[in-house]
Amino acid sequence: MKIKAIAKDNVVSVKILIQHVMETGRRKDETGKIVPGHYITEVSAQHKGETVFQAELGPGVSKDPYIAFQFTGGAVGETISISWIDSKGGTEKTDSIISAM
Amino acid sequence: MGVSRRQFFKSVAGTIAYAAVASAVPARLFASWNQPAFTSETLAAAIAAKYGNMPIEESSAIQIKSPEIAENGAYVPVSIATTIAGASNISVFSEANFSPLVASFNIMPRMLPDVSLRLRMAKTANIVVLVQAGGKLYRTVREVKVTIGGCGG
Repeated sequence: MKIKAIAKDNVVSVKILIQHVMETGRRKDETGKIVPGHYITEVSAQHKGETVFQAELGPGVSKDPYIAFQFTGGAVGETISISWIDSKGGTEKTDSIISAM
Repeated sequence: MGVSRRQFFKSVAGTIAYAAVASAVPARLFASWNQPAFTSETLAAAIAAKYGNMPIEESSAIQIKSPEIAENGAYVPVSIATTIAGASNISVFSEANFSPLVASFNIMPRMLPDVSLRLRMAKTANIVVLVQAGGKLYRTVREVKVTIGGCGG
């Protein structure tokens, strides 16, 4: 997972890029068999022990999801943690340091 | 041929690493996924599963930024922002998708009501955005023309 968190005037802009197949469960492979669904269902972000972002996703989100959001009360040098879980119980958590413009 | 010793240890190591990551993510962060809403096959059913029957009002206080024409429905970039006071949730629907609800964002106390993502669109259709504030929903719609559908199959 790639995270870019930039602070400016107390507002932190966060851009996340997650590598994930995001299989809808409706696509057929070359042999005509349905590829089972496998997609991220939830993404959240923590800053100083508080949840600052919380999203539920479905199979309509593109492969390798890109998500951007903003929150207040963050500063350069502090840590933001992003976590996700998918429909098969797979999960990932990555920390990123907030940087300056 | 059976699994070689090297392959075996490689796969065991992979499993352990995966489990370690899994246990590091607190379960309480993930408990709310609304399966009925995400598997509903019509816009009306998805809205009902997500919000019940809250009143819906058209609003000009929601901005949807998206291309007018998307060459590839597999990656349609969409940005949503609202100036509605007390907004607690933003949901994005692609009306013609097999499962119309694409994503739903809870506006946390320190979060700004401004999000971006890339979504799949089966064909030319409306992107419908609902914003919840209090016991009411506000709706804005924007059409995206899709040249090649992005849902496969």
